[in-house]
Amino acid sequence: MKKENVPQDMGALGKVTKEICYATDASGKYTTELSTGWHVKKEALDVAWKDVEERIANAKQRVLNGEASPLMFFMEYRLMDPGILSDYTGYWKWQIKRHLRPEIFKRLSEKKLQKYAEAFNVKVEDLKTMTVNEA
Amino acid sequence: MKLDFEHRQSAHCESGVTSSLLRKISRNKITEPLAFGIGAGLFFCYIPLIKINNGPAIAFRTYPGLIFKRTCHALGIPVTRKKFSSKEKAEAYLQQCLDRGQPAGCQVGVYYLSYFPREYRFHFNAHNLIVFGKEADNYLISDPVMETTTTLTSYELERVRFAKGALAPRGQLYYPESSHEISDEQIRNAIVKGIKNNVNQMLRIPGGFAGVRGIEYTGKKIKKWLSKLGVQKAGSYLAQLVRMQEEIGTGGGGFRYIYAAFLQEAYAYTQKEELLDISKIFTEAGDLWRTAAVHAAGIYKGRLGSQEDFDQMGDYLIEIAALEKRAFLALKNIKW
Repeated sequence: MKKENVPQDMGALGKVTKEICYATDASGKYTTELSTGWHVKKEALDVAWKDVEERIANAKQRVLNGEASPLMFFMEYRLMDPGILSDYTGYWKWQIKRHLRPEIFKRLSEKKLQKYAEAFNVKVEDLKTMTVNEA
Repeated sequence: MKLDFEHRQSAHCESGVTSSLLRKISRNKITEPLAFGIGAGLFFCYIPLIKINNGPAIAFRTYPGLIFKRTCHALGIPVTRKKFSSKEKAEAYLQQCLDRGQPAGCQVGVYYLSYFPREYRFHFNAHNLIVFGKEADNYLISDPVMETTTTLTSYELERVRFAKGALAPRGQLYYPESSHEISDEQIRNAIVKGIKNNVNQMLRIPGGFAGVRGIEYTGKKIKKWLSKLGVQKAGSYLAQLVRMQEEIGTGGGGFRYIYAAFLQEAYAYTQKEELLDISKIFTEAGDLWRTAAVHAAGIYKGRLGSQEDFDQMGDYLIEIAALEKRAFLALKNIKW
């Protein structure tokens, strides 16, 4: 890639920092050039987040329908599968799967809920009500 | 407390951290491309059956931690690397390093990394940064992908050092041990070692999922994605491929441009004319990876989507595989 071809499209990262790209100068020698982003990869990232948003919306609906506990919503929201959540909380995966059932989730003690709240970085109250307080 | 440390932005986190930590003892000679090449950072791997973020598991670089380890090893520099079972011990050890005047490289997860934009926060646990001081409750952070230094509170740093999931960092911390300076002869030998290592990695790993054969294998797979997954999911898979290839930390073109830069720098130490020509092949490969990415974007944006488009996408990778095979064979045949 030639230095003048390093793309300068605005992306999510571009708002925070420019990134370094390796590119060649007029004599063919490698040098670095700062880039604010590239639309091709911005769109790839958008695809990934659109998939995530769909999964979150889906999970939310299932919780509202009474088919799953709010854990399901937060797992999608925090991009956590049972494996990661198990590592964060110390619960076994089978326990987490049990806690995904609304009737069992309702009976969980504050102490147990606190572990989930910590893993998801929310308050216990918000955990129960599927509330998120961040942009 | 602030240590004498100069922040340098780099393209890739681990080669950047390696280069920064070696700055003093190498008198600025170990640049990022040299660290990347000596550490044999260039790779390709497609792991079938495993899913990452509900997409294919594809890597363009070696296993986290290897670049630092190999670079130091090839230069004859002893390394300290520690993992911790307790958060308290991890912080105490970091504090000790700072007290001794030693900046420390840390492996962290990016999900709860507060200065990253939200769009970039996935559960990716192989990010690297350097801690070079502490003021009140704030650790001073040199994150190689950022233009300037930043800070994390002790809680924030603890959280990312003890991120969970695949490749969990477990508080991992590392730094080079030695203080004697590195000679040009040592760098030359390390370059040769790094190139040989990378040749093996791309040409000799059996199984067909890694190295240039892995690229070809992925190309063949992509041709089947449309009928197997449907257009939307196949598009998401391609988007994941492009992210692994182009996102922050790659320097563009799936690390191929950094490697091309490395070969130019390697020429200065070894005077092997071939390296300059081979460098051009890697530039070409990087360009082709990016052409393929543009084509992939056409698919995941919905502009393209026929079987011919997927065939074309697969053919790009097969072409790249042939190109990189030629480049690595040429590297293999250099008489040092």
